[in-house]
Amino acid sequence: MTLLEIQDLHVDYRIAGGLLPAVRGVDLTVGKGQILGVAGESGCGKSTLAGAVLRLLPASTAVRGRISLHGEDVLGMSWGRLRAVRWSAASIVFQGAMSGLNPVHRIGDQIAEPILLHGTPAQRKAGRKALAGKVGELLESVGVPAWRAQSYPHELSGGQRQRVMIAMALACEPDLIIADEPTTALDVMVQAQVMALLKSLVTERGVGMMLISHDLSVLSHVCDRVAVMYAGRIVEEGPAGTLFTDACHPYAKALAGAFPVIGDMASRRAPRGLPGDPPYPLDLPGGCPFHPRCAVAIEQCATEDVRLRPAAPGRAAACVHVGVASESATALENLR
Amino acid sequence: MTSVHPVLEVRDLHVGFGPRKGGVPEVRAVDGVELTAERGQIIALAGESGCGKTTLARTLLGLAQPWRGQVLYHGTPLDYRNSALKAYRRKVQLVLQDPTGALNPRRTVYEAVAEGLRIHRVPGDERAKVAQALSLAGLRPAENFFGRYPHELSGGQRQRVVIAGALVLNPEVIVADEPVSSLDASVRGEILALLMSLRDELGLTVLVVTHDLGLAWNIADQLAVMYLGRIVEIGRTEQVLAAPKHPYTEALLSVLPETRHREPVILTGEAPDPRHIPDGCRFHPRCPALTDGRAQRAGVADRCVGEPLQMLPLHRAHAAACLLPGHVGDGIAGAAGGVPTGVTAS
Ligand SMILES: Nc1ncnc2c1ncn2[C@@H]1O[C@H](COP(=O)(O)OP(=O)(O)OP(=O)(O)O)[C@@H](O)[C@H]1O
Ligand SMILES: Nc1ncnc2c1ncn2[C@@H]1O[C@H](COP(=O)(O)OP(=O)(O)OP(=O)(O)O)[C@@H](O)[C@H]1O
Ligand code: SF4
Ligand code: SF4
Ligand SMILES: [Mg+2]
Ligand SMILES: [Mg+2]
Repeated sequence: MTLLEIQDLHVDYRIAGGLLPAVRGVDLTVGKGQILGVAGESGCGKSTLAGAVLRLLPASTAVRGRISLHGEDVLGMSWGRLRAVRWSAASIVFQGAMSGLNPVHRIGDQIAEPILLHGTPAQRKAGRKALAGKVGELLESVGVPAWRAQSYPHELSGGQRQRVMIAMALACEPDLIIADEPTTALDVMVQAQVMALLKSLVTERGVGMMLISHDLSVLSHVCDRVAVMYAGRIVEEGPAGTLFTDACHPYAKALAGAFPVIGDMASRRAPRGLPGDPPYPLDLPGGCPFHPRCAVAIEQCATEDVRLRPAAPGRAAACVHVGVASESATALENLR
Repeated sequence: MTSVHPVLEVRDLHVGFGPRKGGVPEVRAVDGVELTAERGQIIALAGESGCGKTTLARTLLGLAQPWRGQVLYHGTPLDYRNSALKAYRRKVQLVLQDPTGALNPRRTVYEAVAEGLRIHRVPGDERAKVAQALSLAGLRPAENFFGRYPHELSGGQRQRVVIAGALVLNPEVIVADEPVSSLDASVRGEILALLMSLRDELGLTVLVVTHDLGLAWNIADQLAVMYLGRIVEIGRTEQVLAAPKHPYTEALLSVLPETRHREPVILTGEAPDPRHIPDGCRFHPRCPALTDGRAQRAGVADRCVGEPLQMLPLHRAHAAACLLPGHVGDGIAGAAGGVPTGVTAS
């Protein structure tokens, strides 16, 4: 049974001006022992997707589609069942989690909390004191010395707090970990350590992971597959190793092209953005939502609802140029 | 403003937390930093998580006070009286590391950006200024974001509101702590390009704390690398990235995907603790040059462990605080380079 399966997910936020469509039809799966990477423009719906999986979005939000965890329908779960599932079956490391710690409690107590509530019966019975060793181990596993359990959040640096949140998400040994920008505040060395830890959970314990990151090099090195989102949809999906070096979708290509490569003189003192405005969810362009910014757009892009289609073996992309021979393919080739 | 002095200068800076013993605080978060930022310079500051970067940034803004050493603005030591600090913070803006913590959840985007204009009673069309700052930061059309609250924004959108709040005052200096870490490569590129054009056109000075060495490669003139409260290496970005001198910098660069052809050096040993700074070179308990015999062969291993190492002085092209030959601590490079005043042993 697939660990996580999402089908045709739609999420609309309720805001003053009406409904804001943040996720507009996403399908994806994460199997046991698999890491799925998710990348995409700021505001394209990645965190919304993550929050939807554990129903952590504001109550007014409209969520449609199907999310199943171990075959169980998440959207139909009772709150009690949902509470039991969070932490122990699936846990999430929130983006910007460093401000998610409670300022008045020591961090050791905060890590122990989910274990006391959702851990094994033995752990729950043993109580807080008995968990000190476990808490220390969790901290050390993310490179934070065990004595930090005694510290308050304000006594920790940004990266230390971020690692505390990762330790907390691992505390109840969940089968699925959703990590939303888990290493943004970490230096490359510590980041490599944390990624190695997460990867070992995946390979040794068969944990499944959804990893949201702007760091394309982390994604291509850590994940099995990667999905690139734009304006609430997946626009390309494929193997992590080649997706960014050989992207099919013009947006995925532009994203990869904007990523600086140290040592490459072309990007020295030449930061690159993407021309045009990011799409505004309340006022999305018709047709392919990328068309106003796309260098290879053709007439039909403004009107046709372009859906994901096979682009190569194991690869899908939502672009009219994909999967057809001739001129279109040449246009794409020239972009490369 | 023109002046013979650098815009910002940091001398012998020591900042700590916790109770003091013999005048020295328990936690020595910044422990001997010298740094200058000239007008129009873009300096990137990298270093291990917990090494003191945010503390240094906060001290530059007068949000924390050093227990030793000082921060100078155009050659004048910071005046910590409220009115003076207020005037200073109109010119020198801080972009905080954590955008969620930096924004007041009960204030709209408009109010968050307009706040600086109101505090400093900036004349002119407030609405137009707020709109311009937001759209420069990539939140377009700006009006669509005016009435939104922080929780109604994505992580990267929040970060851009904080950036807009700094830009709206047309500062002379921006001290930015991981300003673009939650932005995708293309939005990041747009904001970095904006910082560069503000530098080129208006002489903006930027000190940017970042873990992203690609960002340094993208925009920084100089790159400084910190370890346990000190700058251990500084130089032109190209030099530091292409030919790192300090063993810590070497290790850091070795784990980058771009250098996968090199053997990655994963540092072992305890994470450093600013309450117990090692004697000798503060990196020695984890230094690969000490374990692989390089320090031994150079005849410096004993000093690495036992002799206090100088703080890295100012005004050097490319320097590292290390005893290995050719570095500042070796006594040769230091003598030849005309070490300026303010050099002290720790
Ligand atoms: N609670 C909310 N109410 C209304 N709109 C929201 C809410 N949360 C997010 N949004 C909007 O939904 C869209 C998607 O946001 P989301 O946080 O999922 O983006 P993201 O892909 O995670 O971006 P980032 O990379 O910047 O974190 C954005 O346009 C955002 O402004
Ligand atoms: N208020 C405080 N009380 C005690 N210790 C503190 C306090 N603030 C920071 N520290 C400690 O000082 C050191 C430096 O913290 P700082 O936040 O400056 O690090 P940083 O370099 O910004 O790290 P990061 O990259 O993780 O954000 C850390 O070891 C931290 O635990
Ligand atoms: S469908 Fe058209 S507009 Fe969209 S990415 Fe492909 S070429 Fe560009
Ligand atoms: S001084 Fe010695 S211990 Fe310190 S970095 Fe250099 S070689 Fe390593
Ligand atoms: Mg997000
Ligand atoms: Mg910090």
